[in-house]
Amino acid sequence: MYYLPNIFFIIIMVFGFSLFAKNIKKLIRNVKLGRDIDRDDNVSERWRNVLTVALGQSKMTKNPIAGVLHIIVFAGFIIINFELLEIIIDGVFGTHRIFSFAGGLYSFLINFFEILAFLVIVSVVVFWIRRNILRISRFHNPEMKGWAFKDANNILYIETLLMSAFLIMNAADFNLQQLGAEHYTLTGSFAISKFIAPMFSGMSETSLMVIERGAWWFHIIGILFFMNYLYWSKHLHILFAFPNVFYSKLQPKGELDNLESVTNEVKLMMDPNADPFAVDAGGEEEMGKLGASDVLDLNWVQIMNSYTCTECGRCTDVCPANETGKLLSPRNIMMKTRDRIEEIGKIVDKKGKFEDDGKTLLNDYITPEELWACTTCNACTEACPVQNDPLSIIVDLRRFLVLEQSAAPTELNMMMTNIENNGAPWQYSIADRLNWKDEDTKA
Amino acid sequence: MYVPTMAELTAEGKKPDVLFWVGCAGSYDERAKKITRAFVKILNAANVNFAVLGTEESCSGDPAKRAGNEFLFQMQAMTNIEIMNAYEVEKVVTACPHCYNTIKNEYSKLGGNYEVVHHTEMLQQLINDKKLTIEEGEYTGKKITFHDPCYLGRANDVYEAPRSLINEMEGELLEMASCKADAMCCGAGGAQMFKEAEKGDKEVFIERIEDALETKADIIVTACPYCMVMMTDGLKYKNKEEELKNYDIAELIEQTLKL
Ligand code: SF4
Ligand code: SF4
Repeated sequence: MYYLPNIFFIIIMVFGFSLFAKNIKKLIRNVKLGRDIDRDDNVSERWRNVLTVALGQSKMTKNPIAGVLHIIVFAGFIIINFELLEIIIDGVFGTHRIFSFAGGLYSFLINFFEILAFLVIVSVVVFWIRRNILRISRFHNPEMKGWAFKDANNILYIETLLMSAFLIMNAADFNLQQLGAEHYTLTGSFAISKFIAPMFSGMSETSLMVIERGAWWFHIIGILFFMNYLYWSKHLHILFAFPNVFYSKLQPKGELDNLESVTNEVKLMMDPNADPFAVDAGGEEEMGKLGASDVLDLNWVQIMNSYTCTECGRCTDVCPANETGKLLSPRNIMMKTRDRIEEIGKIVDKKGKFEDDGKTLLNDYITPEELWACTTCNACTEACPVQNDPLSIIVDLRRFLVLEQSAAPTELNMMMTNIENNGAPWQYSIADRLNWKDEDTKA
Repeated sequence: MYVPTMAELTAEGKKPDVLFWVGCAGSYDERAKKITRAFVKILNAANVNFAVLGTEESCSGDPAKRAGNEFLFQMQAMTNIEIMNAYEVEKVVTACPHCYNTIKNEYSKLGGNYEVVHHTEMLQQLINDKKLTIEEGEYTGKKITFHDPCYLGRANDVYEAPRSLINEMEGELLEMASCKADAMCCGAGGAQMFKEAEKGDKEVFIERIEDALETKADIIVTACPYCMVMMTDGLKYKNKEEELKNYDIAELIEQTLKL
């Protein structure tokens, strides 16, 4: 009987962590469904980005209020989880505050955690107000209806509950210490919980223990729950932001990749003496599919981008197309990509491999109208706090439309015909290309 | 105006220090041609040993690539690279940020490796090297706002060269609410220039011209032929063409130097 809580604790820990491991494995598998892309170069610059952009959140502080509050929540969240270590040891061995032997250092740490927990709650409240009362517009675009909106608030509620449980636990604990309850090591009062403690004064030892143990269990079960909630949530970015930033594009923002299969083909066309066996010769069959019509045509970094997206809408907020009422929303591009890879992941779960389900990312999730509204201005990639690249997905989908379906808007087809025929997007003769030098009206 | 072509110089057994890549807009668009001439006059005044490709130049392929036509882009790129490599071009200057970005970043992977500079960067360099001196003149004390072209700014991190030129002219630089890395697009990039906009409630260039008007500047300066078209359309839409002028930086310098 005495060991029952310990056994129960071990069981739920094992259950929580193995479920989490299963989720992560599935996420990694889904990401790997994407095409290969080499992002292993310049490792030191990549680590520097992880330190500044991911850990240091350099892009978040562009808006100082949201930035600083976010750093508090992030830091609080990570640091307070060191508490988890003590919780796990206490839980497994039935000890209580195993680290309290550290005396002054222990008090210092718990005080520090408590202050952080309090600041996290304050920040979360501000976030909630910004989202629900001030209704900051980027939280209310069409793609934010339904689950996306609920998810955002759920995260705020869960964080508040977890932090409160931690503070309530310490407050009840302090009262129990005062009553000299057996098992409750004397640690003294702590920075924040001492203000909560008076609320419990006068309670019986049993009620206090119920509160203390209740909060303790709530805290640990809550963390396990939250960990497993990530899979369905934009909160996944707390983990994915790191690899996502590490593997993000390092080239100048303006640079788009050149399709290699096209390069081989063009070289062959331009050089009649080229050895047709040296490169992948032949018609379009061998060139493979050009551009992307579905998620599996995207590379794995683009898929990881979609899982990392925080749905913050900073990209959409600065997108010139979206700002002027067009359908395009770079955030929606990321969210649809995630929806689609999830759907494909489910098919793979069921059938062992992907089987055509009659749907594609292009058309069923993202429409050509959205794609053609993009000015490729890179405002979205500049704004994204986790270095996502919605533009690369837009360009890959456009490539499929143009190269595989010849489905560009008519005016663009005209522009391209002009380039083909006379080397300029307009219908001017090549012979007139230097006319400007003799047209000086001022001279 | 002295505008030698690569072919001419080669025939004379000479080699220029830099190729001036004019670009399609700079070659054919009425407004942009003025910018091209302004820049050439400055190059002449500073005794820069340059040449153009003339009729051997062809579209850089930027609008095709951004429209998704990778095939056409690479055809253009390789044709241009072949010609530039044949002339042993080492350095390229252009007044078009789209050509700049494409030649600088995308040609290099296809066998075209050149030092590529934007005309604002080159002008700044000429001043630094004392080959060009700008003293106060027409634009001294004038209220000037600068619209960052996406393909110069965000795409390639060139923010300071155009601004320092405005400073050289002692103009009063008034920044728009969104500028530099946060600057709003004019609406022309990504091949939008060549098509009607999708359904929405506003044209992008109107939104951007409103940003410019808010600064209460007298002159809107940019450094891209496409941005130029959009700013002009914006001023027309707002019926402000008389009150406000929009120029490329090269034109401001041309006027300051009375070339
Ligand atoms: S690159 Fe395209 S999607 Fe991104 S902000 Fe610019 S217009 Fe919007
Ligand atoms: S892509 Fe980046 S900026 Fe856009 S919503 Fe996602 S996280 Fe935010």
